Amino acid sequence: MADLETFRQETRAWLEQNCPQSMRSPFKSDKDVCWGGRNWTFQSDDQRLWLERMAERGWTAPDWPAEYGGGGLSREEHKILREELARIQARPPLNSFGVWMIGPALLKFGSEELKRQHLPPIVRGEIRWCQGYSEPGAGSDLAGLQTRAVDQGDHFIVNGQKVWTSYADKADWMFALVRTNPDVKKQEGISLVLFDMTTPGVSTRPIKLISGSSPFCETFLDDVRVEKNQVVGEVDKGWGIAKYLLTHEREMIGGFGRTAAGQKTLPRQAVDQLGLSEGQLADSFMRADIARWDLDAKAFEVTVERVTDEARSGQGVGHASAMLKYYGTELNKRRQELLLGIYGSEAMVWEGEAWQEGALPRQWLRSKGNSIEGGTSEIQLNVIAKNILGLG
Amino acid sequence: MQRLVLNEEQQMLKDSAAGFLKDSGSVSQLRELRDNRDATGFSSSLWQQMVEMGLAGTLIPEAFGGSEFGHVGMGQISEQAGRNLTAAPLFASGILGVSALLLAGNDDQKKQLEAIAAGQLLTALAIDEQGRHAPNRVSTTASPDGDGYVLDGQKTFVVDGHVANTLIVSARTAGEADDEAGITLFLVDAKASGVEVERTIMVDSHNAAVVRLSGVRVPASAVLGAVDQGYSVLTSLLDIGNAHLAAELLGIAEESFEQTMNYIRDRKQFGVTVASFQALQHRAAHLFSELELLKSVVLKALRSLDEQADNTSAMVSLAKAKACEIAQLATNEGVQMHGGVGMTDEYDIGLFMKRARPLQQLFGDYAYHADRYARLNGY
Ligand SMILES: Cc1cc2nc3c(=O)[nH]c(=O)nc-3n(C[C@H](O)[C@H](O)[C@H](O)COP(=O)(O)OP(=O)(O)OC[C@H]3O[C@@H](n4cnc5c(N)ncnc54)[C@H](O)[C@@H]3O)c2cc1C
Repeated sequence: MADLETFRQETRAWLEQNCPQSMRSPFKSDKDVCWGGRNWTFQSDDQRLWLERMAERGWTAPDWPAEYGGGGLSREEHKILREELARIQARPPLNSFGVWMIGPALLKFGSEELKRQHLPPIVRGEIRWCQGYSEPGAGSDLAGLQTRAVDQGDHFIVNGQKVWTSYADKADWMFALVRTNPDVKKQEGISLVLFDMTTPGVSTRPIKLISGSSPFCETFLDDVRVEKNQVVGEVDKGWGIAKYLLTHEREMIGGFGRTAAGQKTLPRQAVDQLGLSEGQLADSFMRADIARWDLDAKAFEVTVERVTDEARSGQGVGHASAMLKYYGTELNKRRQELLLGIYGSEAMVWEGEAWQEGALPRQWLRSKGNSIEGGTSEIQLNVIAKNILGLG
Repeated sequence: MQRLVLNEEQQMLKDSAAGFLKDSGSVSQLRELRDNRDATGFSSSLWQQMVEMGLAGTLIPEAFGGSEFGHVGMGQISEQAGRNLTAAPLFASGILGVSALLLAGNDDQKKQLEAIAAGQLLTALAIDEQGRHAPNRVSTTASPDGDGYVLDGQKTFVVDGHVANTLIVSARTAGEADDEAGITLFLVDAKASGVEVERTIMVDSHNAAVVRLSGVRVPASAVLGAVDQGYSVLTSLLDIGNAHLAAELLGIAEESFEQTMNYIRDRKQFGVTVASFQALQHRAAHLFSELELLKSVVLKALRSLDEQADNTSAMVSLAKAKACEIAQLATNEGVQMHGGVGMTDEYDIGLFMKRARPLQQLFGDYAYHADRYARLNGY
């Protein structure tokens, strides 16, 4: 215990010295988020410094082994780091599909060569990744994917189309599911492969969203050469890895609605906007709705903590990620609808500086994707019913 | 008591509005207006056609050039406007402007009905001063000045405010900020000196504006109804507005539902249509049931307005509350059941969701009307 206290003191002191002041407040908009990558333009010197300093300690991936650039922290130390970051309202230095998704899969299933090649640049925020799973005909039925990879000896030639690929037009590398064997059960002929987005034959076309921005793309793969050493795990054995990776993605998406340190809570926003009358929120119907949400949100937060601790001590139900993803995303959608009620017509303004260029409605619209991306709510419920409850 | 069904005339109005708006006032027209950043936000040729068809005069007495088909009749058009996301000044002028003049106008003021029926006058109702609807919360002032008044204050989310010729403004002539007594309605020329109107670009690409009034001089003849007594007129006017908003939200909910059903009948995953999954079937069946309820209460509210029934206000709040609830459900379910394509601008379902929310907020959302319904029923 004494060691942990020392760790806390040292961490606090280091953060005090190294976290730039401007990085000690919640993101004001999506533009403040740092994604890194070859093409990244830092928004400020502080943003760059903060990433570099955290990456140097491996704290952009705190629980990855130090030999691959990670922080090498124990789960207790990681928890302390999170608490100390929250204490000063530090922004995450890096948002990364590398850290959240492909990294954990490489650590568990990747060859030593792949780990050494890909993990350190992820930690340093030098390479930005995108996820090539979904196809026009394969969404919920992901295993039905048709993108073909044909064996050419030392490499594959890949042809097909991906869709809804988030940030494909900004990413440096893609991890993609491809069909390497069309003659077996659909789950048994899939491989997980990695390739550089500048490889000839890779092209992307942004898709415009209802929120007005175009974060995701159609990705076309036209005779793309993928080296055999860029297969994660064994050829034809990608489905299990893909599902492992999905559990990480789902836990991440499930957490999207959580209030960041320093951010105003929903009830606080309601009080500021609607006012109190005799100590109670002036609008009694909205008060009941907000309280109901607040209870669920708190219960969810505690559940995330419990499930995480259980998983780290090797207990607990499997497939918890399905439950967390389902509940967390539905909770976030409820929150966004409540915000519209709290701000009323003000939350309906789409443009104009006085209205933060429509930050509220755009974020409300974006939340609708949470229960679709990474496997829809319906699919999560199916997983819970079938795999946890053994129904059907 | 009339039966709770449309009569022949109303059914014809519904059918002709449906056919006409599908052809001429459709979603693709809204997209065009949006993408071209059209300065007026509506198609004047569409409005001209609506005027020629007599739609603008649906609520106007024959003596003033209208057809006086009543609220059930007009409600059929509102519903079709919802189904097509029609961008036209029908609600602001043909419903709110006309009703305000009918409810409180003197003989001189009522003459303006002819101009509305003929498509020569556009009006806008400028009452709210904040994001959440609160018609009693009026801090815009009207101070006596010679034989007239001087208006000062700011109004927000004024539907079609930036294209209107005449603004109907609520202002305080007596009392405190939240008092119902002491509110007076004024007809204000949008070009009068001291009036500044700024368009607000909204999530639904329909029209709204901020209206700033600084030292706006109006004559005594600009008062609509009795001085200090504007709130009761406003209450009746908002009942009319909310009944038609409920009808429009019904149209949005129905269209979202149908488009979604069509999509899931076609979309295949796991080798079958996604419509074959019971998880979706039961939600669709639930939504169908809710839509049946919504249709009934919308018709009941419109009918109550025409019959001037005693419980009209409660029926309107019932209809608006249900409409808010079900339009929200139908559009949310619509996007979710579309999967990834539901998040794209290319598919229409997202536009229906973006149109539903501002209409839900306008003149009171679910919480507002559920609360009002309870109050009106004495609990
Ligand atoms: C914002 C966003 C970002 C995304 N980013 C990425 C990305 O980076 N990379 C990537 O590969 N993909 C990405 N996706 C795609 C996402 O994973 C798919 O959209 C999702 O898996 C659903 O597939 P679909 O769109 O084909 O919907 P469909 O599978 O066609 O589903 C349509 C509807 O049917 C329902 N349904 C389907 N099967 C069943 C069933 N068995 N039982 C009950 N209901 C069912 C669904 O739940 C849904 O409501 C993203 C999606 C979004 C919205």
